[in-house]
Amino acid sequence: MKNRLEQLKASALSALTEVIEPQHLQDLRVKYLGKKGELTEILRGMGALSAEERPVIGQVANDVRGAIEEVIERLQDKFQQEETAKRLQAETIDVTLPGKPMARGAVHPLQKVITEIEDIFVGMGYRVAEGPEVESDYFNFEALNLPKNHPARDMQDSFYVTDEILMRTQTSPVQVRTMQAMNGEPIKIICPGKVYRRDDDDATHSFQFYQIEGLVIDKNIRMSDLKGTLLQFAQQMFGKDMQILLRPSFFPFTEPSAEVDVTCVHCGGQGCRICKHTGWLEILGSGMVHPEVLRMGGYDPEEYSGFAFGMGADRIAMLKYGIDDIRHLYTNDLRFLQQFGRM
Amino acid sequence: MKVSYQWLTDYIDLHDHTANQVADKIRDAGIEIDVVEDRNKGVNKVVVGYVESKEKHPDADKLNVCIVDAGLEEKLQIVCGAKNVDAGQKVPVALVGAVMPGGMEIKKAKLRGVASHGMICSAKELGLNDKLLPKELQEGILVLPQDTEIGTPIVDVLAINDHVLELDLTPNRSDCLSMLGVAYEVAAILGREVKLPQVQAEVSTNGEAAKDKVKVNITDKALCHHYTARYISGVKVSASPLWLQNRLMAAGVRPINNIVDITNYVMLEYGQPLHAFDADKLAGGQIDVRSARNGEVMVTLDDQERKLDPSMLLITDGEKPIAIAGVMGGANSEVTETTVNIVLESAKFDGGSVRKTSRHLGLRSEASIRFEKEVNPEAVIPAINRAAELMAALAGGAVAQGIVQAIVTEPQATVVKLSLAKVNRYLGTTLATDEIKAIFDRLQFAYDDQGESVLVTVPKRRGDITQDVDLIEEIARLYGYENIPTTLIEGSTTPGGFTKSQRIRRELRQLLTDNGIHEVISYSFTHPSQTEIFGSLTDGLRPVPLAMPMSEERSVLRTSIVPNLLDIATYNRNRKTDDVAIFEIANIYATQESELTTLPQEQPMLALLLTGHAQSAQWNQKPVAYDFYDLKGVLETVFTSLGVAEQIRFVADQPKGYHPGRSASIYLAAEAGDVLLGTIGQIHPELQREKDLGDTYVAELRLAPLYDAADFAITYKTLPRFPAVQRDIAVVVASDVPVGQLVEAAKEEAADLLEAIQVFDVFVGEKLGLDKKSVAISLVYRHAERTLTDEEVTEAHGKVVARLEQSFHAELRK
Repeated sequence: MKNRLEQLKASALSALTEVIEPQHLQDLRVKYLGKKGELTEILRGMGALSAEERPVIGQVANDVRGAIEEVIERLQDKFQQEETAKRLQAETIDVTLPGKPMARGAVHPLQKVITEIEDIFVGMGYRVAEGPEVESDYFNFEALNLPKNHPARDMQDSFYVTDEILMRTQTSPVQVRTMQAMNGEPIKIICPGKVYRRDDDDATHSFQFYQIEGLVIDKNIRMSDLKGTLLQFAQQMFGKDMQILLRPSFFPFTEPSAEVDVTCVHCGGQGCRICKHTGWLEILGSGMVHPEVLRMGGYDPEEYSGFAFGMGADRIAMLKYGIDDIRHLYTNDLRFLQQFGRM
Repeated sequence: MKVSYQWLTDYIDLHDHTANQVADKIRDAGIEIDVVEDRNKGVNKVVVGYVESKEKHPDADKLNVCIVDAGLEEKLQIVCGAKNVDAGQKVPVALVGAVMPGGMEIKKAKLRGVASHGMICSAKELGLNDKLLPKELQEGILVLPQDTEIGTPIVDVLAINDHVLELDLTPNRSDCLSMLGVAYEVAAILGREVKLPQVQAEVSTNGEAAKDKVKVNITDKALCHHYTARYISGVKVSASPLWLQNRLMAAGVRPINNIVDITNYVMLEYGQPLHAFDADKLAGGQIDVRSARNGEVMVTLDDQERKLDPSMLLITDGEKPIAIAGVMGGANSEVTETTVNIVLESAKFDGGSVRKTSRHLGLRSEASIRFEKEVNPEAVIPAINRAAELMAALAGGAVAQGIVQAIVTEPQATVVKLSLAKVNRYLGTTLATDEIKAIFDRLQFAYDDQGESVLVTVPKRRGDITQDVDLIEEIARLYGYENIPTTLIEGSTTPGGFTKSQRIRRELRQLLTDNGIHEVISYSFTHPSQTEIFGSLTDGLRPVPLAMPMSEERSVLRTSIVPNLLDIATYNRNRKTDDVAIFEIANIYATQESELTTLPQEQPMLALLLTGHAQSAQWNQKPVAYDFYDLKGVLETVFTSLGVAEQIRFVADQPKGYHPGRSASIYLAAEAGDVLLGTIGQIHPELQREKDLGDTYVAELRLAPLYDAADFAITYKTLPRFPAVQRDIAVVVASDVPVGQLVEAAKEEAADLLEAIQVFDVFVGEKLGLDKKSVAISLVYRHAERTLTDEEVTEAHGKVVARLEQSFHAELRK
């Protein structure tokens, strides 16, 4: 019996060396180790053995089974691996083909700039104030120390609707409206919005554009605070190395008045074509609120003081993104707009 | 204002400052300077020559052969092509070796066989602005006065070794529209003295008294504050001496004759415009300053007939107008070559009146520019004396004794009290009293020190300074803005933040752009025809037209944003961008009034447009065209995001401008009743054709009602603990039954047990019959506190089915 087992082992191991595909392996397992297989057949004769022989032969039978199973398992693993490799090969895709893009729109570059500026000032404790675009002569000019015969009020320069109503030429009327509404309380606002001037459109002029103005009124507001505020703004908006330069100027609603330059964003102050080799770019008008304006807004200029500043969002957007023609901002060519749909 | 550096040195010592250094100092103190122009464009080796003879070139009709004495040992033979060259002239001669401003090098040359040793120059060749010269000198060579010395370098003769500073003045600094004003400014900056011209009031008098020759009366006292006249007899009108012409040219003023040049010169010097009348052309000796009469006309110096009206101020000779005050003189009293006697005017007219008149006539002159901004009342007399003196000196006139004048009000001194503490409180500086006083010294402002404050007497030349903050500005700019410290606001802190409407607009931009829709910004002005297309949201209101539009295209305020979006879509389509998804948040404008007396209504709107494809073709997907439901889905997402979805209804009531079968009005349920919130739909096919667009879907929403209704409060609902039961239902109904109504009915019947309902199929086919459609709806039932029994679900679902059968004649599909 032992011999028969040994023969079985030899024959099985030999047969297994021939196996090249999984089904054949399965067949051999059945043939040798299955319930009706050859090993079972041999072991049926165990009953005829003596009690001494039985454990010995049992041991031999187990060894034979183990040896055959080991080979089968090894082959099974091999086939499994081959199978997996084949499937992976078949499932291979071309990863260089393009993916499906998520639809992504762009906030208009002007709005993007306005949002950024709003966020900076809101972070500094300002509120955002708004007012009508069609405005009364009183709020747009008179209450801003621009009396009726002032040169800056020429019919040629403004879009009038009637003698007393016009498209606002600046967002400053929002400042006046805020002053009158605040009843002498301290003010810290910025006013972004559309304004209109009777300019012929060209690369740097548009009859419609955006302004952002700021107004701070409180007791003891100083011109040095204006400098500090604008420096902080410039550094947050354009980078921490930015410097500002205030130059004396004139506006009817501020005294003293200053034009404000920032370090050229293109050359970092080295001098280039954009800054006309000065290292500076003019971006803001500002000054201490004129006592007349405070008075008309309901604030006693002996008790309160304030500063105001204003900038063109269009100009900031053009500088920030290197846009060479203001008309691009209002043409809405999607090939232009799409460029702003990212951080 | 063009300021000659050399001329400026008449009034202030600038030996240690170049023109560019002065310009930098002026800029730093607040006056813009556009350019500093070098008047010498590179002229060298050009000297004064005397043309001894001129002969025709033997072989060239248009050339002359000249023998020129240029002060050299040998006479020069020069071939010259200018028409106006002649023997006996003094001319500029470029010597051999000279390089001209244009880059041309002067060499010994042969012209048509004749040797030429140099070039006789035109003004242009010398780099001068020849537009200021008489026409004959523009076309030919520059002919110099006979008394010019042979051999003198031309740069000295023409005084072009000079720089011109072009000041770009703000309206408040009209004091710098004069050389003396600029001198005071530079003196304040550098801390130096101003040397005023030494004027002798009475010179070469012939014994006549001005008051016997001319009388002055101001009839219109509101518009003329001061009028002065002097009488100068026996002048010889001719060209001015070169030094005077050179200065005028440096300032950009055209030399004309000595009398006119003197008035211009003194205007440039003092900022006080003057006018010279030919005394013999005046009717009588009576000058009257009065308003024009209706229908009055006069011919001005530029030979234009001017129609006058009573808002304009005139100078008359008692009979006829002889000048429009402060704007331009009349041709009838013009100084010409034959003029012998002069009435000289120096006056202060009302600035506003001059400005209005000059605008009205479209006539701006160097004089009107100065009068508009109010001239210095203290310069009226010195200027007329200065001009009279020059007329005596340069035109051989005899100045009659005395000034004839009429004065309405004597100018009052402006005295401003300045608190010294306020200066530092206002600027954030720590200036000592002495530093502040030193600045007033530099400005030559007199002051009276009163301890805590100073009383400053502001000179009349600085009419812009009227109150203490104006003085603070003077201190700040002369102290230097760069020296003011940089501080942060002290005192109460304020919380920053956005209003509800501002937050909503930010949310909308984020939501829409995150979903592939681009933001656009278009113009608020439009063509009147564009206000008539989409009228539903401005029903009963009128568009607002501009009083003076720049074009018909942009003559009225828009009443809808949609036409702008259509134009943008067309623009992009014309550039091969066919797939367009855009939105704009902006105002529309309209009024209830037929004549606007109050501000019009401004309504904030959200407008959207989709056209072309939602998804463009790619290797793994077919293009999908936009349809109505894409846009409706966008709006529904917007409503959900603002927390108002439950209050919204879409009603197919054919709003104006849209495809009648593919459009709806949108209503928002509010406490006071339903509000028309907006419109949505495909635009009318005819409009699509007109705009050259494919199927285009637009929507426009009023934002104000959404600002009110939006609800940002999020309250968590417990997650369900008991199972849901889903039942589907498919019904066949008439094809015109709105599915929305089926859904509403189902919701009503299933009531609280219904958790969700969704339309998952709508099918139309021949099998059903063409007037029928099949609608499949999925309903999810759930109870929050227990598991629903099969009986409960069946009962609820049965009610839904029964309702659909009853209300819509629905047939249940099995």
